[in-house]
Amino acid sequence: MSASAADRAGRRRLLFALPLLAFVGVGAFLALGLGRDPSQLPSALVGREAPDFALPPLEGRDEHGLSRADLGGGRPMLVNFWASWCVPCRVEHPILDRLARDGVTIQGVNHKDMPDKARAFLEELGDPYDLVGSDRQGRVSIDWGVYGVPETYLLDGQGRIRYRHVGPLQERDLKKLLPMLEEAR
Amino acid sequence: MIAELGHFTLVLAMVVAFLQGTLPLWGAARRQAPLVELAPAAALLQFTLVTLAFLALLNAHLASDFSLAIVYQNSHSTKPLLYKFSGVWGNHEGSLVLWVWILALFGAAVALFGRNLPRPFKARVLAVQGLIGLGFLAFSLFTSNPFARLDPAPLDGLGLNPILQDPGLAFHPPMLYLGYVGFSTAYSFAMAALIEGRVDAGWARWVRPWTLAAWMALTLGIALGSWWAYYTLGWGGFWFWDPVENASFMPWLAGTALLHSAIVVEKRDTLKSWTILLAILTFSLALLGTFLVRSGVLTSVHAFATDPSRGVFVLALLGIAVGGSLALYAWRAPALQGGGAFAPVSREGALLLNNLLLATATATVLLGTLYPLLLDGLGGPKISVGPPFFNATFLPLMVPLLVALPAGSMIAWKRGDLPGVLSRLGLAAAGTVAVLLAAALLADTRSTLGLMGFAAGAWVLLGSLNELAVRAGFFQVHPARAWRRLKGLPRSAFSMSLAHMGLGVLILGITATATGQTERILAMRPGETVALAGYEVTLASVEQVQGPNYAARRGTFAVQRNGAPVTTVHSEKRFFPVESMPVTKPGIHSTLLRDLYFVLGDPNSDGAWAVRLYHNPLVFWMWGGAGLMGLAGLVSLTDRRLRVGAPVPARGSRAATA
Amino acid sequence: MGLRKRQRMIVVVLALALVGAAAALVLTAMQDKIAFFVSPADIASGTVERGRDFRLGGLVVEGSIERASDGSVAFTLTDGAGDVRVLYAGILPDLFREGQGIVAQGRLEEDGRFRAREVLAKHDETYMPPEVADALKRSGHWQEGAEKLR
Repeated sequence: MSASAADRAGRRRLLFALPLLAFVGVGAFLALGLGRDPSQLPSALVGREAPDFALPPLEGRDEHGLSRADLGGGRPMLVNFWASWCVPCRVEHPILDRLARDGVTIQGVNHKDMPDKARAFLEELGDPYDLVGSDRQGRVSIDWGVYGVPETYLLDGQGRIRYRHVGPLQERDLKKLLPMLEEAR
Repeated sequence: MIAELGHFTLVLAMVVAFLQGTLPLWGAARRQAPLVELAPAAALLQFTLVTLAFLALLNAHLASDFSLAIVYQNSHSTKPLLYKFSGVWGNHEGSLVLWVWILALFGAAVALFGRNLPRPFKARVLAVQGLIGLGFLAFSLFTSNPFARLDPAPLDGLGLNPILQDPGLAFHPPMLYLGYVGFSTAYSFAMAALIEGRVDAGWARWVRPWTLAAWMALTLGIALGSWWAYYTLGWGGFWFWDPVENASFMPWLAGTALLHSAIVVEKRDTLKSWTILLAILTFSLALLGTFLVRSGVLTSVHAFATDPSRGVFVLALLGIAVGGSLALYAWRAPALQGGGAFAPVSREGALLLNNLLLATATATVLLGTLYPLLLDGLGGPKISVGPPFFNATFLPLMVPLLVALPAGSMIAWKRGDLPGVLSRLGLAAAGTVAVLLAAALLADTRSTLGLMGFAAGAWVLLGSLNELAVRAGFFQVHPARAWRRLKGLPRSAFSMSLAHMGLGVLILGITATATGQTERILAMRPGETVALAGYEVTLASVEQVQGPNYAARRGTFAVQRNGAPVTTVHSEKRFFPVESMPVTKPGIHSTLLRDLYFVLGDPNSDGAWAVRLYHNPLVFWMWGGAGLMGLAGLVSLTDRRLRVGAPVPARGSRAATA
Repeated sequence: MGLRKRQRMIVVVLALALVGAAAALVLTAMQDKIAFFVSPADIASGTVERGRDFRLGGLVVEGSIERASDGSVAFTLTDGAGDVRVLYAGILPDLFREGQGIVAQGRLEEDGRFRAREVLAKHDETYMPPEVADALKRSGHWQEGAEKLR
């Protein structure tokens, strides 16, 4: 008799623990969902040749635009998609400046931007780019599969895409990026 | 400098929150009176500090201090003043400060108005509030610092997203947060009760006004968001069952259930552990809403920049707050004294049915919201769970709820007389049949769903009126005497009827708009006239106009009925140069019975304009119904017996008025 | 005790019946009330069922937009691997542009064209704070899941 009473008490306890168990289950799934690191987006282009394109120069910066022929050529480089209206671009810009000072070649694609605003942005924050192509319509970005700006691609000496970084480059990303630049040499 | 001061006060507030969250708990356990007394003082100090931080942030926005990152990102020197103001919470960092500020506001209110609470209990409530504040202040300071500077400071800002430049949306987040955060009080009361291991009628009486205040704000906040969606969207829709909306709707459903179950605890001293669980779940759903919107789990990479640490932080907060409280519940709730006998046909039985239905409905909404996420997490296909799913699951659950509502609100406590109640509802039943017949004959729609909606809305509305009339004795005594009795009824009785009437009006409005809409999509040339639901609509002209920070193409529609002019309506397509973004403004003419809703689209190659013309019946009833529900909450809050801080009436006097 | 027990049983049975009914509703709704995301490539491969609602995501092909005099619009969606002609009667969202990623919800017609009931344009120009994303989403300007189709 007392055993069944204890049984009942145990079942009662279990009943009150049910919400907790359900929550632990849901929480595990949410954690799983969060585990997908958004900056680890695969790109269909990784390991392939960069797509063919030719962009006019950013008016008033230089004469030469940016095209597929400027990529590769025996040296690894970064291709950075940016715009003056984009806040995270402002955040990552000092890092690009530093990379450029350290001798890394960075090609810029100015995405859906006004030339005067883009020039003002570079005057204000520094100009790390070797060449800048002006992609007023965002066509080239589509070919590259750009999600949004900023995005940075690492190309090897043959012009093959080795790595893609979505979002602003941050200090911690350099740890990954710099060895890959070395390796791509 | 002011921004640095704001940052500093926010840090101080976090320190105070830590003290508020720990010392009183220890003091209450060890019977250390000074530590117990510390809680209210800490709550007031925390409120003062967060207020100062909020003011510093406000100052930066109003002064257009673009050296602050969030001002730069969300403001512009040409932005109208109202939106400089609302821009404070029109972004992640600022809205978190608002969140914390409202939390501190509720804490301070409990400290000031909770004078009749036993000291140790009040200290525990405030300590739990302090712990929640600690978590969110840490979230704000460590992952989303609102006072982060930009160096060098840009000359001008990027502007606020034009979609947010709208009076409806300016006040939607504060109302919503008042609701979300207000439920934290119910949560804190539940946690304090679990710690003390005691729940009684007094507890229910304390917790109800706070829940009511939060529920009221959330009701109005959701309505405001829905209203905004309606008039900015361009096709007259008002509710989309998208995850962000569900995030606010789930706490509302759970909070509604909590309001009803707290009555049972108060009057019948039963359903205690269930009510505690509801209080925990309601705030947990509010937190889940925050998590879903902010973590990027349901949104996308774009919503979240590249900072998954924020999502991890909110998830950790959620885990501690919800997991911790449910663990405490699993440990302490079995010890709560169970209630007495429980007759199925009685007021408490009706309220239990209400709770079962609302809880099940909340669960289906939760499932529909999280299912795509779960499937994705398991590597399944990508799916979208939209209105068809919720219409097929949520609406059927509402049918028994609405059918039972008028009878449930009239039936007596302990042992109800269902046939007697039903016979007294004869008038409402007859009225409902009349409305049903009228709807079937008059309305264009013959859809069963539409007819059911009209019947349900009329039944709830008329049933509530009927209930009020019966209570005043209109069918037994002289009308003049009944009128005096009606005026003498306690406000809480009025508020119940008013809230249920609001629900009825809301359902009628939703049904009419969803099933009775007349839509015409066509191309019109200026000067052309078309017929729309008995009106003649002429596209009078299309011209360019200039707004304060936008340029617009404005279409002018002249409306006539049987040749007599009714009104002139303007619809605009605005272009905001700073943000480089177009926004459509529909032209709306509202009356009590219908909205005329016109949208000017793009030009065709042959000089005609694509236009959308809508005739939406009873739209105002939706907003009116939600407004009545909010008003009902206010009326109930001003009831002397419920008023926060009012002396607790003796049991006998309550039984007499109940 | 007997009375209490019986009353408790009634409540438990009622609750279980309700949960059962809700579960049944949810399960049937899961069968036919949810919409899958598909890409133009899926349609090209012929694996997509006709006469059932789904969401189609892709980029609007430049120069493919045609506006008819009755106010309806036709355009082509692509994901690089396949093209689908989409028909839509209504006003397009503000952010609908050539080259822009959009999501259309509707059905596949017998002739292989897609008849959209709803068109949502994705706002992909920049990273947004959640409130903006929230607002954009509610205004139909932007939809999660769309970018995964790229």
